[in-house]
Amino acid sequence: MANLNDFAKARTAQIALRVRPMGVWLRRGRLETLIELLIRLSGVSTIVIVGLIFLFLLREGLPAFLDIPLRQLFGSRWYPIEGFYGIWPLLVGSLVVTAGAIVIAVPLGLTTAVYLGEIAPVWQREILKPLIEVLAGIPSIVLGFLGWVALAPIIQSLGAPTGLTALTGSLILAYMALPTIISISEDALYAVPKEYRDGALAIGATQWQTIWRVVLPAARSGLAMAVMLGIGRAIGETMAVMMVTGNAAFIPDLGLDLPLHPVRTMTATIAAEMGEVAQGSLHYNVLFGIGIVLFVVTFAINLVAGRLVGSVVRRRGGQL
Amino acid sequence: MRLAMRPAMKRQQTQKIAVGLITGAAVLVVIPIVLVILYIVVQGIGALSWEFLTAPPRNGMTEGGIMPAILGTLILTLGTAIVCLPLAIGAAIYLAEYASDNRLTRWVRLAIVNLAGIPSIVYGLFGLGAFVLFLQFGTSILAGSLTLGIMTLPVVISTAEEAILSVPQEFRLVSQSLGATRWQTIRHQVLPHAMPGIITGVILGLSRAAGETAPILFTVAAFYVPHLPQSISDQTMALPYHLYVIATQVPGMPLSVQYGTALVLLLLVLSLTVVATVIRTRMRRRRDW
Repeated sequence: MANLNDFAKARTAQIALRVRPMGVWLRRGRLETLIELLIRLSGVSTIVIVGLIFLFLLREGLPAFLDIPLRQLFGSRWYPIEGFYGIWPLLVGSLVVTAGAIVIAVPLGLTTAVYLGEIAPVWQREILKPLIEVLAGIPSIVLGFLGWVALAPIIQSLGAPTGLTALTGSLILAYMALPTIISISEDALYAVPKEYRDGALAIGATQWQTIWRVVLPAARSGLAMAVMLGIGRAIGETMAVMMVTGNAAFIPDLGLDLPLHPVRTMTATIAAEMGEVAQGSLHYNVLFGIGIVLFVVTFAINLVAGRLVGSVVRRRGGQL
Repeated sequence: MRLAMRPAMKRQQTQKIAVGLITGAAVLVVIPIVLVILYIVVQGIGALSWEFLTAPPRNGMTEGGIMPAILGTLILTLGTAIVCLPLAIGAAIYLAEYASDNRLTRWVRLAIVNLAGIPSIVYGLFGLGAFVLFLQFGTSILAGSLTLGIMTLPVVISTAEEAILSVPQEFRLVSQSLGATRWQTIRHQVLPHAMPGIITGVILGLSRAAGETAPILFTVAAFYVPHLPQSISDQTMALPYHLYVIATQVPGMPLSVQYGTALVLLLLVLSLTVVATVIRTRMRRRRDW
């Protein structure tokens, strides 16, 4: 606290020098009111921006829902050149790729978080955590590029008819969702009081029994949130998925080889086709309509995740 | 207690197997990260040269350099910072210092969480609808910077808020008890101490923005521009989009140029991340409270 005393002394001196006539105080008061107003406005602006985003999506995308009969809009043919705007294949595509990514990323991510939080010695943690931050920092286009030039040929050599498949997309997406899953579940594990572990170990549980029966159950809502936000991250990913999934807009047959088919996701469709459509055309409206679907889906995911643990969301906010 | 009922030997075995599997999973996560970076460095380093970094592309982009794309990305990153910083830091100060726990504050937090979750391609659509078309900025650096700036808000707000909250409460109490007003306290006590943390958040946010492709697809990115941008209403080339174009849209593009471009982008983004991490660790070490 010696510091605090020095600090207080220094401040007293500074502020004593600043005593000014009343008029100046008043003027500063008004300036301060203005600054406070600006700060409050920038806080509220975040709500306005979310509203504006939804409004502009509606403005451009609503005609798609009004002009196309819903049965056709959720039909199974996406063939815009001939006027077929069925977004079902794109929904299925997004679903298949995301589900694959989650199946890979959730077990890997949760166990890595357990390793980092419960098992790894400090020196390993200090190497691994920055490495995972680096993974979070690699631009999606770079991973997509690697998937395209390096991973796809490997997948093809495993016997798939083409290397650009749902599986290729899922693999890349899984690694893109991993940093989100790992960092949030590690926070959740960290939030479990140390006494819980001590108690379990004291009655003779092994480290694994402590983790499995005490720590993980105690952290479960945080872990569920990590999974939800990982899903959100995977559904919204665009460039990498567009480069490696083959972009075939039809519904693959359900079967064991499902992941080895090319698929096309909602995000990739927007990215690939928006550059070529005439503004105001029906095709243009439908692409914005897909944007509305994406917005609503990710909004819902974040809402549910937020309900799971308000405090963790609050702490991590934008870093998800 | 059921735990104790199991024979000790078996429990020790399960423990060993479980820890082994968990360690294996962690290795499975980490090795590809190292491989990806090494692979790009090894494949791309040969393409790097002074000309590659400082010359415009020639001969259908298969020769020459990528200078316009590098410059474009730097301009866009600067534009992102100009759009994002005032709003983001204002919002962070609001949340950390002014907001009381009421409905409005909860809505603001909800808005920030949702901004963070919106897919980048949807930001691109918003930029197209709002800035390019409605405000008639056209496909321009202005529209792209606005789009990227808004996309970057949530990252910067939450890291800045955390930095501000980590300044001890006593600092505020002392300052206010000496007669300083709320804003004077924030301006002269809180912000200077929170600054390294805020800068870390800003750099991290900007490094994300610099690597993004989807939001700039329809708002600013150009396939090829023969001259450098002259004003903020011009289009520009940008590194991520350039990598996408030369990898998928230009037939016969030499692989070395593709890897070289990927390496430059990776280096640019990762060096920002490293700078941010270094500032953060130095800050933690220097912190004297």
